Amino acid sequence: MATEPVVQEAEDVVPETVEVPERPHGARRVWSWLWPKLAALALFIAAWQLVVWSGWRPDYALPGPLPVFQRLSEDLGRPDFYVGVAITLRRALVGYAIAIAIGSVIGLLVARVPIVRKAVGHAILGLQSMPSIAWFPLAILLFQATEGAILVVVILGAAPAVATGLLAGVDQVQPLLVRVGRVIGARGLQLYRYVILPAALPGYVGGLKQGWAFAWRSLMAGEIINIVSHQPSLGQQLQFARDFADAQQLLALMIVIFFIGVVVDLGFGFADRAIRRRRGLA
Amino acid sequence: MSSRAVAVERLSKAFPHTDRNLVALQDVTLDLQPGEFVCIVGASGSGKSTLLNVLAGLETASSGRFEVQGRVALMFQEAALFPWLTASQNVELALELRGVKKSSERRRQAHDLLERVHLRGFERRRPHELSGGMKQRVALARALAQDADVLLMDEPFGSVDAITRDLLHEELVRLWRASSLTILFVTHNAREAVRLGDRVLVFTSRPGRVAQEFKIDLPRPRSLDSPELAVVAGRITERLKQEMRPDGH
Repeated sequence: MATEPVVQEAEDVVPETVEVPERPHGARRVWSWLWPKLAALALFIAAWQLVVWSGWRPDYALPGPLPVFQRLSEDLGRPDFYVGVAITLRRALVGYAIAIAIGSVIGLLVARVPIVRKAVGHAILGLQSMPSIAWFPLAILLFQATEGAILVVVILGAAPAVATGLLAGVDQVQPLLVRVGRVIGARGLQLYRYVILPAALPGYVGGLKQGWAFAWRSLMAGEIINIVSHQPSLGQQLQFARDFADAQQLLALMIVIFFIGVVVDLGFGFADRAIRRRRGLA
Repeated sequence: MSSRAVAVERLSKAFPHTDRNLVALQDVTLDLQPGEFVCIVGASGSGKSTLLNVLAGLETASSGRFEVQGRVALMFQEAALFPWLTASQNVELALELRGVKKSSERRRQAHDLLERVHLRGFERRRPHELSGGMKQRVALARALAQDADVLLMDEPFGSVDAITRDLLHEELVRLWRASSLTILFVTHNAREAVRLGDRVLVFTSRPGRVAQEFKIDLPRPRSLDSPELAVVAGRITERLKQEMRPDGH
């Protein structure tokens, strides 16, 4: 039994060794994250400029980076430009929020009710792979040139992804955790609230992320196709820029659309990593 | 009947939908007195876990009857902590589901329980930041949080190293003696069973049933390395081998 004191020591040492290693902090972390992206951006702009200099297309069709960025900074100084951004973002948020609500309810129903799963489980997957733009002709017939037609298509684009993500999350919950939940007294809905839904969160966030991507694409398609009067949304401005052969404006708008997509994606990326880190998955 | 903490009578459990119409338990009969510590030893696949699952209400028996006095808690071989909660929150959830309404009260009790399993200072750690032995302590604290009268343990220390297991044995016995808990502890390790139990029941395999009962009169505290313990454990192991040999019965 001479091992006894050693045993105590071994247990006592554990606290220090499980300390999470400190991550590089502050400016250095931001820089190491940022510089490869800046380098890629610089390469892209250089390539763009080279193509313009090569004279492959005339200036009015493919302007160089400098005039486009000048135009962009002019745009950013115009108040009505922000009106357009606001209209587009409002549609995106409203459509996405409704899609989350519908997708979540459907996802839960499919996960929980076997007969619903048999009936529509495959249909939801099929719906997800259907290009949402294919809904537009019908949506325009039903809702004419209104925002409603655009929102319907945004919702149809995003909701199946949200439902699929939630369903995948619930299906991947470890059965052992559910058993533990039952053993400690969770019944029925409590089991969902305290065990299954928290356990399904990573899958759900994946679905939300994909849902946003579908919503954003559908929205752009919708705004370009379905022009709602007196609503100068980003997609509509894009379409007008093409109609007036205003290539600088067109490219400036594309940069804005790309930028919004990147920012939202970053947000999802942070949320996803935070969740995974908390659970020791990353 | 009413004075017994656990009463199992001719309990059988079959899984008719599996390939060989598996009979996991056949006519299992056993009793536990209140405050008793009983170990079940058997080879893997001998239906020990099934018995605990039935007693905990996770599965239904095919026939027979059982009665458990009071609340039941079950600990698994894996700690099975909820990875999105801290150590303290894992315990607090069990308290909440038990009906402790005030969150400040839950936190206080959870911290007390974690202190009882020697995890003071680890309340805010998440499961992935804890060692295997520490996770099992949190799981033990969570089981204690249920304020159960009967604690069922399904090879709870099977996946921790020998030294940690020995410490956990000590702590479990200490907690048990300081309480009125009745414990039914399943293991495949005869020494572990003799170390812990007032009685050891040897289980047969396929179908599982109680083959023999050993009363363990060794004084406590017991040491895993004592020769007396080894002798008893040796006899139980012999009996187990007999069960596992195809010509043994």
